[in-house]
Amino acid sequence: MAGKVDALYFFLVAVSAFFVIVIAAFVIYFGIRYRRRAHGEVGMKVVPSLALEIAWTIIPLGLGLVMFAWGAQIYFNQTRPPAETLDIYVVGKQWMWKFQHLDGRREINELHVPVGRAVRLTGTSEDVIHSFFVPAFRLKADVIPGRYTTLWFNATKAGRYHLFCAEYCGTKHSGMVGTVVVMEPNEYQAWLAGGGGEGSLASQGQKLFQDLACITCHRADGQGRGPALEGVFGSRVSLNSGQVVVADEAYLRESILSPSAKIAAGFQPLMPTFQGLVSEEQLLALIEYVKSLKGLAPSQPAADTPGGPAPGRTTPARGPQSPSERQRQNPKK
Amino acid sequence: MDTLAFPRTHYLNAEYGLKSWLLTTDHKRIGLLFLGAISLFFILGGIFAGLIRLELLTPPGDLVSDDTYNKLFTMHGIVMVFMFLIPSIPAVMGNFFVPIMIGARDLAFPRLNLLSWYIFMTGGLFTLYAIVTGGVDTGWTFYTPFSTLSSHSNVMTAAIGIFIIGFSSILTGLNFIVTIHTMRAPGMTWFRMPLFLWAMYATSLINVLATPVLAITIFAVALERALHMGIFDPAYGGDPVLFQHLFWFYSHPAVYIMILPAMGVVSEVIAAFSRKSIFGYKFVAFSSLAIAVFGFLVWGHHMFVAGMSVYGAMIFSVLSFLVAVPSAVKVFNWTATLYKGSISYQTPMLYALGFIGLFTIGGLTGLFLASLGVDVHVTDTYFVVAHFHYIMVGGAIMGYLGGLHYWWPKMTGRMYPDMWGRVAAVVTFLGFNLTFFPQFVLGYMGMPRRYHAYPPEFQALNVLSTAGASIMGIGYLIPAIYLLWSLKYGAIAGNNPWGAKGLEWEIPSPPPTFNFDKTPVVTEPAYAYETREK
Ligand code: HEC
Ligand SMILES: [Cu+2]
Ligand SMILES: [Cu+2]
Repeated sequence: MAGKVDALYFFLVAVSAFFVIVIAAFVIYFGIRYRRRAHGEVGMKVVPSLALEIAWTIIPLGLGLVMFAWGAQIYFNQTRPPAETLDIYVVGKQWMWKFQHLDGRREINELHVPVGRAVRLTGTSEDVIHSFFVPAFRLKADVIPGRYTTLWFNATKAGRYHLFCAEYCGTKHSGMVGTVVVMEPNEYQAWLAGGGGEGSLASQGQKLFQDLACITCHRADGQGRGPALEGVFGSRVSLNSGQVVVADEAYLRESILSPSAKIAAGFQPLMPTFQGLVSEEQLLALIEYVKSLKGLAPSQPAADTPGGPAPGRTTPARGPQSPSERQRQNPKK
Repeated sequence: MDTLAFPRTHYLNAEYGLKSWLLTTDHKRIGLLFLGAISLFFILGGIFAGLIRLELLTPPGDLVSDDTYNKLFTMHGIVMVFMFLIPSIPAVMGNFFVPIMIGARDLAFPRLNLLSWYIFMTGGLFTLYAIVTGGVDTGWTFYTPFSTLSSHSNVMTAAIGIFIIGFSSILTGLNFIVTIHTMRAPGMTWFRMPLFLWAMYATSLINVLATPVLAITIFAVALERALHMGIFDPAYGGDPVLFQHLFWFYSHPAVYIMILPAMGVVSEVIAAFSRKSIFGYKFVAFSSLAIAVFGFLVWGHHMFVAGMSVYGAMIFSVLSFLVAVPSAVKVFNWTATLYKGSISYQTPMLYALGFIGLFTIGGLTGLFLASLGVDVHVTDTYFVVAHFHYIMVGGAIMGYLGGLHYWWPKMTGRMYPDMWGRVAAVVTFLGFNLTFFPQFVLGYMGMPRRYHAYPPEFQALNVLSTAGASIMGIGYLIPAIYLLWSLKYGAIAGNNPWGAKGLEWEIPSPPPTFNFDKTPVVTEPAYAYETREK
């Protein structure tokens, strides 16, 4: 991606240099050629040229449209992660970056990733807006409180790269920096093996699901007062209002923080809000747990079919296959 | 050569005493009141800038504390944008010359004009009060939820100051629009108007239409801070990004409030110093209006990494490329104006040529930011800082200084030493480029803006930038000295020291209180240099 961004960047540099040089050349040439030689001298009459006006309107316009199309195409790819990704969560907070790997490992201001794999980050903020910026990857996206932002990259060279907060966020904005450590796959394996005693993120979520008594209403057998959550992630949920929405991370988040905003069809609005009771990180664990709950009937273990969504599901491209499973399985491959 | 004499009575000596200034309704005096006020604010903003550059000389944050640094760049931005650049050319030169250039005795609403100044001063003093009692640390952009939930500085006082200043822009804009519509002298048709007036007209339209949105936005921030209304706070169902939409809906057009007047000045100066009519007059005139209109449709280009939908971003991107076209058209037409001219290089012309160079670079680098894929990388870095300083300092301030030097003899009746003027223009141009060109590179390398401390690999370019800023500072200091000096010792200017065309050059310098003894009748288009017999 960095190469593609740079190609356009240097194209723009070239076009700009061309125009600056041409304009400067004309200004200097005219400036010397037509300098005032006598005190009372005035300019000569020049017949205005419509053709010229049209030409120098159309040419910049055409060039601009080329630049637009090129830039838009890069942007499109920047915002569309491939189907198969290593998923990691990011939480920005004054003034640090917190990362949660699906296997349960946590990091602060340091992010370890393997080389040559598409990494998808899902991020939010606990307080004000921050911006996740890794210059080497030409990657930037704001993390915004109350929302999930996704961004992705595929690091091609092992090394340590700057991570900056690029959106001003208060006192220690310039201290909200860190390092992305890109590792060779085997080193990454070793790093993975070395940490995390708390169990996977999904299992931490499961524990919360019990501790916060979600389980009393959401039972796998569907006999609770709330809907069973098995297979809900990535599916289409019908609402009381008649709308149908795709249950993505943002939907799960909203269901937990402001349950009354969207009521699942056939249920009463009796779920209490957990706003203020769960931290952003706990929320991510809960979501990860809900994502890991497989649908009951037709589904197959997602990890069997890497590279595409599990068959037999009406789900959007990214698919409901649990990334946590992928993460746990891949290292052994 | 006939000897020049200072007119016996003029607007400056018509009355004496503080009261004669504070209660004046003479548009020329009000212009000077604004000149005094914004010059002080410019010095203040410049001091903040100097401290920022000193801090950035070394990578660690060692000169001032992080909170102080944050306040410095915030107040630099607020003072320079709202208290200097936005009023600058319209409030000083617009006030002074709009009536004269259309052949009128004053603006349509002289008392409203005075009120504008008082409103401006009230807002300015509010903001100054916020500064001396502890300052603000939100950035001049006041992004929520930082400004509503997190900042403990004087956000509200500063914001109220800006809110008040906004009304001054609205009233001045309204005054210009009505004046240009209704008070043109006989024969002064729309297409005989000097391009400066077209620029003032377009700017006034933006001022009147966009500034209320700023007021609403500030009001919403106030409600949010005081009452936790949940407009921007996601915990109450609000949307923090909504603020950015509202803010840039004003602040992108505000960029044109700052640059269009400078473009108007440049058209006047280029015509006068090449003694030729502007090539493509109508294209230049209409490009001002096109900029004013399209300028309202591109605010989203400030938010490409703020979670905007991909297709929304594409629309803002393509519109941003469109708005660049009229600016390019202007640059081409100015260049073509030089062709077969009779070009002389006095101070105002050097500033105008400097403007063309710096504005061209500023505009072209804007294309980088309009290109989605590249914007993601360079937005919120020093690339953006460099880009908008090329527009707002390289463009707007060069235009302002060009205009000031062009019309100074008319405003004061005296000449400044042209040699020093030329030196200052060149020094400013060189210092400017040394300050801001390295910042493009810094941004591309990834240095984020608003950083108090930075990694050591960015130091070399920062040192260059600080060195340039010192040179630029000298470039600004020199005119301050010789312009003041000229008030007393400058040579007598006479009606038309440049041999320029335009109604303002047909009356004495300084002009009499009511500008024209009898209403002039206009019989030829603007810049009719070529037809004049020697
Ligand atoms: C008092 C019972 C109750 C508790 C406790 C409860 N919920 Fe719910 N929940 C419901 C009901 C009823 C609904 C359906 C109505 C609605 O959409 O608000 C629901 C809906 C949901 C949904 C949306 C499901 C869908 O199919 O659209 C999610 C996700 C969810 N809850 C998660 C949780 C989590 C996580 C917890 C614990 C932190 C929890 N709930 C606690 C009752 C409960
Ligand atoms: Cu930050
Ligand atoms: Cu803009």
